Amino acid sequence: MASREAMRVPAAGVNEAPATESVWSGGVSPYAVSSKKLGMWLFIVSDAITFSALLMAYSYVRVASAHWPMPFEWPSILNATVMTGVLLSSSLTMVMAVRAAKMANRKAAVGWLLATMLGGIAFDVLHLREWGGLIEEGVRLFKNPWGTPLFGASFFGLTGLHMTHVTVGVVYLGVVAAGFAKSKFTSDDVEVSGLYWHFVDLVWMFIFPLVYLMSAKQA
Amino acid sequence: MAELHAEAVHRHEAPKGFIWKYVFSLDHKVIGKQYYFLALLAVVVGMVLSWLIRVRMVWPSARIPGLDKLSPVGAPGGVMTPEYYLSLLTLHGTLMIFFVLTTAPQSGFGNYFLPLQIGAEDMAFPRLNMLSFWTTFVGLAVLLSTFFVTDGPPISGWTAYPPLSAVGSAAGPGEGLGQDLWVISIAIFCIGALLGALNFIATTLDLRTRGMKLMRMPLTCWAWFVTAVLGLLSFAVLFGACVLLLLDRVGGTSFFTPGGLIVSDKIIPHTGGSPLLWQHLFWFFGHPEVYIAILPGMGITSHILSCFSRKPIFGYKVMAASLMTIGFLSFTVWGHHMFVSGMSPYSGFTFSIFTMAIGVPSAIKTFNWLGTLWGGKLRFTSAMLFSIGFVSLFVTGGLSGIFLAQPAVDSYLHATYFVVGHFHMVMGVAAIFGMFAGTYFWFPKILKPLIPVHEFMTISALITGAAQFIFLFNLFWSMFKGEKASTNPWEATSLEWTVPSPPPFDNFGGKHPVVYHGAYEYGVPGAEKDYIMQDSPVKITAS
Repeated sequence: MASREAMRVPAAGVNEAPATESVWSGGVSPYAVSSKKLGMWLFIVSDAITFSALLMAYSYVRVASAHWPMPFEWPSILNATVMTGVLLSSSLTMVMAVRAAKMANRKAAVGWLLATMLGGIAFDVLHLREWGGLIEEGVRLFKNPWGTPLFGASFFGLTGLHMTHVTVGVVYLGVVAAGFAKSKFTSDDVEVSGLYWHFVDLVWMFIFPLVYLMSAKQA
Repeated sequence: MAELHAEAVHRHEAPKGFIWKYVFSLDHKVIGKQYYFLALLAVVVGMVLSWLIRVRMVWPSARIPGLDKLSPVGAPGGVMTPEYYLSLLTLHGTLMIFFVLTTAPQSGFGNYFLPLQIGAEDMAFPRLNMLSFWTTFVGLAVLLSTFFVTDGPPISGWTAYPPLSAVGSAAGPGEGLGQDLWVISIAIFCIGALLGALNFIATTLDLRTRGMKLMRMPLTCWAWFVTAVLGLLSFAVLFGACVLLLLDRVGGTSFFTPGGLIVSDKIIPHTGGSPLLWQHLFWFFGHPEVYIAILPGMGITSHILSCFSRKPIFGYKVMAASLMTIGFLSFTVWGHHMFVSGMSPYSGFTFSIFTMAIGVPSAIKTFNWLGTLWGGKLRFTSAMLFSIGFVSLFVTGGLSGIFLAQPAVDSYLHATYFVVGHFHMVMGVAAIFGMFAGTYFWFPKILKPLIPVHEFMTISALITGAAQFIFLFNLFWSMFKGEKASTNPWEATSLEWTVPSPPPFDNFGGKHPVVYHGAYEYGVPGAEKDYIMQDSPVKITAS
């Protein structure tokens, strides 16, 4: 769709609304962004609502259950904190990737993208290791050793959906990195993938306190 | 044909080869037609199901030849079991709501005419557009496959209330594999609907041609835009709910299933969940969904009433604003589906107030439609008759809704035929009239021939569903044998009537039209003709 993009963000004077007209008068993108970026924002709005529905469901069943387990001892909390740190750092490397891409520094941009992917993979590995530990302790979707079975269901449901997003994001960034290295994608594409990545980070900032910190074992 | 005042842009070549042209086409017009025909297939199946429902109700022991071949469990010897009645009901509702009412008015007509009406050569994301159609197609295929599993389609209705939908085959025939497939089908449909909604919003915001201010857009575009926003926000929730329901069914979780259930003498191992949670999630989607079904019909009706009254639409800005108001309010009223679920009377009161508030923008629309007709030079084309029918049905259906909005009254009316009548009047008939109106209005643009007026059709459509086959016959007959139409047979003003019929691949022949007027400049005093095309540069002098 390169030709379409070129058409919609025209050279000066070709297709611009006259100065007296507003950007909403047609012929230009009112937000002065590519349709791709607008599309990603719309996707994020929609995906945020899917996560909101699940977080709402989690809160609902938690409030409605008599004995909600609070099993996480400090090693689990530490692990989740490290995961949070890794994910936040990968947002920083993502910002560096976008910056490098905007400065047309292809090599640096691809490097930062790879670093971001590494952050995502590290997050997944830490997360899966934690899942493995919980499964070993007997936590399943339908039961756990500590209390209401919905604990396992909502824990695996929420973190699983988020982990899927991180994994999809790693693949997405890989495609963008490969395309950008071969000049098939523009710096705009890198920025759009960055929007997705930051969104996935942001979702974790809700899951971490709700699922982990609020379920820390009380002394 | 009005002269095209246009700016030259890059020209797109039409694709070659059958597959790229008609199957995996990126052209919004082909995709629009694909959606329309998908809905046509779904509506025929859904209608046959409703016949079977009526037959089961009136002649419970009637033998339907051949039905035992389709479902040996549901219709042994061709006689439908009570459970099979529920299966038919479920599939009737699901097909009609998702694959007809959500698909044809928005994805069908919207895909075809949104880019044409705003002066774009395609949607913002053609590839995503193709993907959303084929996703929807897979959703339909999965849904229809429930007819062919051993114990048939699920029996839990289109709302799939747990625990019935969550506890598995102990709950009855169709609650095994059939219900699994239903949940998967709806989750797939959600993805298609989300991609489509995203595309519609980006297209409307970004691709309007020069001069096409928001307040110059045809009201159809406003309706498709607001509908897309509703879809983007509501299908996201239904998707989440479907994931949880599927986990309950196959993962052994208990989000929606309370403890201590015994179903068909079987102890259900689930514990601790809440069926109410599903109702909240489902209706948070479900109420906006009914507006997803009706808003495009409102847009089409407004568009057609103005054209065939030869008058500007009465209160254009208020019409656009009331669409947005209805859209906003639709997210605040989901609780009115749950008045009898044991909610606090205070919540019920709040939901009731918001529900009745929707009456205000709805009444604004109705009176503006009447104001548009008032003193107009009416042309009673088929499209016009269906639009007037839409207004009438919407009033009848809407007024019955006011009763249901009162918790005290609804306690008695809930789950009765009053509710069935209410939503069939609005969604089942008014929305379908909107589709008929759109079909008759735009048919000459899509396929060149005009559909001849059939008075008989109009009357009989009200009497019996069987007459719909006359419509189908008419549609296909006109497609091949109809009289040829001109570019602008209705003397309408919006941009789709400036291009040849059927429109060429990139719509405006490598140009972008420039828009000078709103969409409803009919009967302007002092103008040469009684209508002014949107892209005509003439100045309107008289006020």
